[in-house]
Amino acid sequence: MAYRSVVVEMFKDDKGGKILLGTLFALIIFIPSLNLFAPVDSIFHVSTYTLTLLGKYLCYALLAVALDLVWGYCGILSLGHGAFFALGGYGMGMYLMRQIGDRGVYGNPELPDFMVFLNWQELPWFWQGFDMFWFAMFMVILIPGLLAFIFGWLAFRSRVTGVYLSIMTQALTYALMLAFFRNEMGFGGNNGLTDFKDILGYDLQADSTRAVLFIASALALAFGYLLSRYIVTSKLGRVVVAIRDAEDRTRFIGYKVESFKLWVFVLSAILAGIAGALYVPQVGIINPGEFSPLNSIELVVWVAVGGRATLYGAALGAVAVNYGKTYFTAVLPELWLFALGALFIVVTVFMPKGIIGLREQIRNKRAELKKDKDLGSDSGLSGEGS
Amino acid sequence: MAAIDKFREAIGRDRVFDFVQEKRMPFMNGRHAVVPGELDISHGTILYVEDITVSFDGFKALNDLTLYINDGELRCIIGPNGAGKTTMMDVITGKTRPDSGVAYFGQTMDLTSMSEYEIAHAGIGRKFQKPTIFPFHTIFENLELAMAADKRVWPTFIAKIDPSQYERIDEVLEIIGLKDHRSTMAGQLSHGQKQWLEIGMLLMQNPRLLLVDEPVAGMTHQEMDKTAELLKRLAGDHSVVVVEHDMDFVRSIAETVTVLHEGSVLAEGSMDEVQNDPRVIEVYLGE
Repeated sequence: MAYRSVVVEMFKDDKGGKILLGTLFALIIFIPSLNLFAPVDSIFHVSTYTLTLLGKYLCYALLAVALDLVWGYCGILSLGHGAFFALGGYGMGMYLMRQIGDRGVYGNPELPDFMVFLNWQELPWFWQGFDMFWFAMFMVILIPGLLAFIFGWLAFRSRVTGVYLSIMTQALTYALMLAFFRNEMGFGGNNGLTDFKDILGYDLQADSTRAVLFIASALALAFGYLLSRYIVTSKLGRVVVAIRDAEDRTRFIGYKVESFKLWVFVLSAILAGIAGALYVPQVGIINPGEFSPLNSIELVVWVAVGGRATLYGAALGAVAVNYGKTYFTAVLPELWLFALGALFIVVTVFMPKGIIGLREQIRNKRAELKKDKDLGSDSGLSGEGS
Repeated sequence: MAAIDKFREAIGRDRVFDFVQEKRMPFMNGRHAVVPGELDISHGTILYVEDITVSFDGFKALNDLTLYINDGELRCIIGPNGAGKTTMMDVITGKTRPDSGVAYFGQTMDLTSMSEYEIAHAGIGRKFQKPTIFPFHTIFENLELAMAADKRVWPTFIAKIDPSQYERIDEVLEIIGLKDHRSTMAGQLSHGQKQWLEIGMLLMQNPRLLLVDEPVAGMTHQEMDKTAELLKRLAGDHSVVVVEHDMDFVRSIAETVTVLHEGSVLAEGSMDEVQNDPRVIEVYLGE
């Protein structure tokens, strides 16, 4: 009974969320089965390329939901969320590297190829334990969460807000990118981690493994959405929005604003890390380029395009923009960045609420036009009368 | 030798050990017990502000300000622009730390060492000069958020409203006259209604002391009368400090008026006394 009321409360006025979850459910059922069981020459066949591409989009969508939680609801514009995504990705990448074992080019059962190449004799301490899947997954959650906690604790305690905070998050991801580019860091330098063979003993190139990874991504997105939705419909969520709208007021009615921001920020970083961990086995590589500030900025564009503070809007934006990116970079590669820039300008100027807000915007505009027309005809009549 | 002494001390029957002894508080002095974290107004004064000085880049916003507010009192504070009224509120609510001086809430709580949220929990509510409410929450939610409760992260996450809290919110909605707007987004309220909502939010905190900064700015005469009535009703159960520019309004509610000028108290007394004080006339009308 209590559970039912919670569920009812969560989905009250959440048509978009229902559509998102319904779509995910349909994707989980149809895409893998059309990939695995439909004959290759049938028009219903979904190629493995498409399946993996969709899986990638779902990871991006989860990342966008994570950012929407801190930006759309708490008003913290993080321009460094790609860092948490990449750290999660590295966690998974390290596990996959250890799984290669002696199948690498140098055939060293213990050390990944790049370490042999660098003449390292033994595994660095921070690579210990990553041969165990559970440990790697624990790190995927712990490392982004810990970094977000330390960063957030320092920043929020000092009341750094607005554009200053955004710049600091940007610097954070940039610093990490430079650090990971160095070979001495022990994460494969600018080549990153790649040449993965299998995950939990299953061949990463096999269609069935790809299908399972796709399903896992869809489930992770559904889980991330439900968790975020549960939070934003709780009293905690109302406090978080209150902080966004009137931080001082929230503080003076007795909330310790720093703790709330920190909590949401850490949770969002963890979700981003999970998205990164699911992304890496599907694309087959993780390198320092994932820390690039540009990635984090693109992520902000996804959320803005989809519609802030809706969660499902962020997921929609991520998929829509990335579909555009896949299309444009294939057809007109040199135009993609211009298109992205133009998109951001158009959205900020004309569609402040993104795609999701568009319907409401059109409805309002229509009502306004209708009102104008009515008024116009009224005055016309009175003009005739006099 | 030393060991034997220690042994004697341990088994000696002539002394009472600390843990058996009744806890003695530093402020006790045989009169009444002081419980940490609880407001002590046994002396009838709820707020002590003594010799507070605050300077910004050499400019003294407050200059040896000394002020006492009695429990249940309705006090108006007036003064020309830059007299330090808002800075005084900032000091009391923990937003600004004074360079020197002390501020005590009751006998025991040192406001200069507490943070904003601790001061709010201790029982001081503050209304800002510009009405500050949560525009994307309904009126009901605004009041719910302000309601006295455990406001740490986890308890807030699992909080559910119980029937007595519903009643309390209804009660406050009645007091501030917004009962029919319970589900309206707060951002859609008129300016005056926002001011009332903010006062309502203060009431939800069950504060002992209300600091109200310019409650009637931008209000119509009718709204002003209603606000005056509201504040008068609140005094008694609460101590209310009102900072206001509008002299008519101050006259309609004031018992005691304090005039601030250049960061310190210029005059204090009833409205008539203050108005006839030559120093006050000079400050307001110019030399």
